[in-house]
Amino acid sequence: MGDLNKLTIAEARDKLRAGDVTSLELTEACLNAIDGAGALNAFVHHTPEIAREQAMAADERIAKGDAPAMCGIPLGIKDLFCTKGVPSQAASKILDGFKPEYESTVTQNLFDAGSVMLGKLNMDEFAMGSSNETSVYGNAVNPWRRGNDDAALTPGGSSGGSASAVAADLCLAATGTDTGGSIRQPAAFTGITGIKPTYGRCSRWGIVAFASSLDQAGPMTKSVRDAAIMLEAMCGHDPKDSTSADLPVPDFEALLTGDIKGKKIGIPKEYRMDGMPDEIEKLWTDGAEMLRDAGAEIVDISLPHTKYALPAYYVIAPAEASSNLARYDGVRYGHRARLAQGDGITEMYEKTRAEGFGHEVQRRVMVGTYVLSAGFYDAYYNRARKVRTLIKRDFEEVFAQGIDAILTPATPSAAFGLGEMSEADPVAMYLNDVFTVTVNLAGLPGVAVPAGLDKQGLPLGLQLIGRPWEEGDLLNLAYALEGAAGFVEKPGKWW
Amino acid sequence: MLDLTYEPPKPKVISGAKHDWELVIGMEVHAQVSSNSKLFSGASTQFGAEPNSNVAFVDAAMPGMLPVINEFCVEQAVRTGLGLKAQIHLKSAFDRKNYFYPDLPQGYQISQLYEPIVGEGEILVDMGPGVARKVRIERIHLEQDAGKSIHDMDPNMSFVDLNRTGVALMEIVSRPDIRGPEEAAAYVTKLRQILRYLGTCDGNMQNGNLRADVNVSICRPGQYEKYMETQDFSHLGTRCEIKNMNSMRFIQAAIEYEARRQIKIVENGGTVEQETRLYDPDKNETRSMRSKEEAHDYRYFPCPDLLPLEIEQAWVDDIAANLPELPDEKKARFMGDYGLTEYDASVLTADTDSAGYFEDVVAACDDGKLAANWVINELFGRLKTDEKEISSSPLSPAQLGGIIGLIKADTISGKIAKDVFEIAYTSGRDPKEIVETEGLKQVTDTGAIEAALDQIIADNPAQVEKAKVNPKLAGWFVGQVMKATGGKANPKAVNQLVQQKLGL
Repeated sequence: MGDLNKLTIAEARDKLRAGDVTSLELTEACLNAIDGAGALNAFVHHTPEIAREQAMAADERIAKGDAPAMCGIPLGIKDLFCTKGVPSQAASKILDGFKPEYESTVTQNLFDAGSVMLGKLNMDEFAMGSSNETSVYGNAVNPWRRGNDDAALTPGGSSGGSASAVAADLCLAATGTDTGGSIRQPAAFTGITGIKPTYGRCSRWGIVAFASSLDQAGPMTKSVRDAAIMLEAMCGHDPKDSTSADLPVPDFEALLTGDIKGKKIGIPKEYRMDGMPDEIEKLWTDGAEMLRDAGAEIVDISLPHTKYALPAYYVIAPAEASSNLARYDGVRYGHRARLAQGDGITEMYEKTRAEGFGHEVQRRVMVGTYVLSAGFYDAYYNRARKVRTLIKRDFEEVFAQGIDAILTPATPSAAFGLGEMSEADPVAMYLNDVFTVTVNLAGLPGVAVPAGLDKQGLPLGLQLIGRPWEEGDLLNLAYALEGAAGFVEKPGKWW
Repeated sequence: MLDLTYEPPKPKVISGAKHDWELVIGMEVHAQVSSNSKLFSGASTQFGAEPNSNVAFVDAAMPGMLPVINEFCVEQAVRTGLGLKAQIHLKSAFDRKNYFYPDLPQGYQISQLYEPIVGEGEILVDMGPGVARKVRIERIHLEQDAGKSIHDMDPNMSFVDLNRTGVALMEIVSRPDIRGPEEAAAYVTKLRQILRYLGTCDGNMQNGNLRADVNVSICRPGQYEKYMETQDFSHLGTRCEIKNMNSMRFIQAAIEYEARRQIKIVENGGTVEQETRLYDPDKNETRSMRSKEEAHDYRYFPCPDLLPLEIEQAWVDDIAANLPELPDEKKARFMGDYGLTEYDASVLTADTDSAGYFEDVVAACDDGKLAANWVINELFGRLKTDEKEISSSPLSPAQLGGIIGLIKADTISGKIAKDVFEIAYTSGRDPKEIVETEGLKQVTDTGAIEAALDQIIADNPAQVEKAKVNPKLAGWFVGQVMKATGGKANPKAVNQLVQQKLGL
């Protein structure tokens, strides 16, 4: 029974139901793979006991018949999700030793469906980053390498551990979160599928907040079908999250017909950035061709306010973060600095937060504090909110014209080398989000699908952006694209 | 119902060394919403619980926890707005007010800066019969209370109690329409009375459930009128805010002190700095807490965890339809229906328990004026001696009504009635039964009175002669008869007989 960890969710589900395999066997295979993958630094907290216990319970449930699709599926959980009794640190020193007494709604939904938690996954600190390099645990590593080059590459971020773990078959799938591209960019960098659903589709309750009006959880999987199966189990209305939508959850998998005849796919001209690599350009054109060949109509569209999205995002997200992260003050939980004689409350805050937050988090807290300050609020925060409204309106207008989905590249480049950006202007790193942030600002669903390899053998992804609440339709388009692209490559095992 | 008209009170004038000065006062009252659970969590609001026992995960700002609005608190705010004849905003929104303090676990207070739930209203502040100040309400918004920092338990450490964290407050903001320390106290009294009538805040100032921030400035006579005409604040002086006052007495003393402090500064050629001050009741002075430069930058922005709060007009209408009778209406009705003086009506409508008791007494005796006299003069005094609230009065309205009924039927005199009152109050016995058992019935039988009077006249011939010269001495004979009959003789009958027998 080798390589059970390489199965997709759909394959595993079928084998579990057929009695060909047990959840415990799947789980052991994954635990073994994790043990052998220390070099990837994907898992930062291991929970084998919980995993085995959950697997055995899942096996009992499967034996009784009528178990949900996710029952018995071993998963990795991003460290941003609070998991009861298990370290949940958002990859930050400031949450050192923090074990919540509650379970996030999304992980609870997955556990209720019988899923198995293998452990917690690496990420950028507080989900702030595009390379997983801001993690207190050190960066996760991309299982992919360039051609014959041994240089370690980033798996992307912030859900870098999730992407690395899924791409390297350490788990069948993983949870991710996406505030500006944190599911889709790492998915694209590692050749896997990741969907950020419509804002409000997944409950944010129990997920450490970064930017509350943008944060959404979503699945990171080996196939579009798996994304459909897992998203259905994760999402749903949660009265504990006031921004969670009280809408029925469709059977997303049942909507994967592959039939996209007559669908109108928009190609936004504003996403054709200056200096865009030819390979990305070609991937995009090829993607459009594939969808056309499958029966879709390709339409050139305009989303005129796109160029303002990144600056607006990097005002709104830090603003909310500066407030959301104020609670990490050393008073109640997590790290507290050792104080000197005579230090008061101000010194406690300053030392604790200086020691507990990494540089990128500090930068964003300061930027956020600045843009909300008296005298700057209107010039930055309020203006960014107006831009956000305009960006949302851009999308509404094209959808009103009958566009069903929008095709864009997922990232402006393939995975880059770890450390490559360390000397760069932070804005260069922020440019990673250029194709993805608009989707968060508009609250829309977006999916990244692997669509090809670059000259150096690294995966590249395309993004499809859908109408609000139409994840089913969006996944079906992604399914058609996945089928046409026929991306089956896997990274060669070096770890 | 009576339509009462009021004269505005004269503003308080303080004579400085050089000029006369007037006061301009605006208030921000923080009223704790009466509710079982907190504004955004299910934790209990019970006062006096063990420290940190009423704390939900969201109150402690655990990572990933989210606020969910408590609908009842919204209803209470709407009810309060309606009670203050204010505009109800069907759409309002919550904002975050950011600052660091250990008793503020989130690092921000969820409040409503930009779009409060209640807009402009008014309060009629009674300043004695026929005199009242109309104070405009600017807005009421909902917000979270903070916890409590405890600094005096340990020499090296401070402690935090989060029981209060997240409890719903209504911040009720007035316009600067209050013109003196007494008016300020009367404003808080009236506001508290209305809140208690509405059941939206228990008004307990000792527990901190009602606290006031007082903005004080001074101006020369005539300036305030210019402000009122133009709503231009430049006609008024620079204000200082005195924080967190929870006693009517302190509010008055603090305003008085603060006004005199500002007058001294201005008359000495200085300028008043806009700042936040604290009142020290032990020294009776206000002290600077932080200047304008040190003022926090709260970095308000819309709370992304909460959707805008949208309520239905029909829901508001329903709350309005079920609003209780409010103090002003009740007072007018008492004056109109029972012929009470404004003073008596004010006293009886100070709280709903007194008003309810009074109306029950009226129901039992059908005499509003007598009922008002007995409740105000006898019952209130007796309860005060016993330090009892009217809600726990040992004497029921039926008993008091019974006593008044006996007076009206001439069965007992007013004087005897006081004895009956005391017996009924202490024993709980029925007044009628007391009168009968104790033989307290008034003697109206003129034969018995006449016999007693004849005896007194016979025994005191000198007094009779004097009385014939000086008719005022008739009272002496009345007194003697009352004494001889143990006070049971009907005073009216005695009086008549004395006049007749002495030939006056």
